[in-house]
Amino acid sequence: MSTTAQSTRTLVVERIFPHPPEKLWRALTESPLLAQWMMNNDFQPVPGRRFQFRTEPKPNWNGVVDCEVLVVDPMRRLSFSWSVGKSENSPGLQWIVLWTLTPAEGGTRLRMEQSGFSPDQQQAYGGAKYGWQKMFDGLERVLGAL
Amino acid sequence: MAVSHPNYVFRALADPTRRAIFEELTRQGEQTVHALTRYAGVSQPAVSKHLTVLKRAKLVRHRREGRETHYQAQPDALAPMVDWLDLYGAFWRERFDRLEELLQRMEP
Repeated sequence: MSTTAQSTRTLVVERIFPHPPEKLWRALTESPLLAQWMMNNDFQPVPGRRFQFRTEPKPNWNGVVDCEVLVVDPMRRLSFSWSVGKSENSPGLQWIVLWTLTPAEGGTRLRMEQSGFSPDQQQAYGGAKYGWQKMFDGLERVLGAL
Repeated sequence: MAVSHPNYVFRALADPTRRAIFEELTRQGEQTVHALTRYAGVSQPAVSKHLTVLKRAKLVRHRREGRETHYQAQPDALAPMVDWLDLYGAFWRERFDRLEELLQRMEP
């Protein structure tokens, strides 16, 4: 079973797979394999490479995720940005997805973290002070008071 | 209060200046357009435009008092976003299941 820890800031899903890291890495980074469990994609494990995940359009979503590869650390870490709802009028919403592989008893622990806006975007308005994290801090406080 | 369309909420919060205005309202409580303009560091027409978008998303509500318009955050309107994050949890768990099946099919 996977475990899910969810705060308002970061979504974490973790699971131990009874397979070596090499095999998990292939499933994460070889485009045809990635398509079999994620979505159709033109992913390549090259930092700076822009790519898309594509699925059938859904209500309120065109089915496209715009991504950019951020970190490729073979067998250990893979990270890309994850942006939905991008259009001419709107930058959409952007998350960072970070995959971490660590050896575990009987296999490999795979951890997926989906976290808030990138530092770049936080800088976009008066520095990190007014970033996404802050909004969620505020949200937590506000929801806590309801 | 009627729930606003999720697209309005996402679009409203996709803009960093609007997020900042909304955050300021959740921190400080009710604020006038003037106070928000000083805070945001952009022109008053720009702030008013941002407030209109936030209003459409039902993230803020306003009342007039004399010549001033006061704005207040409506955090309940964030519900579609919170629901959406829950969906993402389900999304990733389902992907993990599919990954597990794929790994079993793959050559060792």
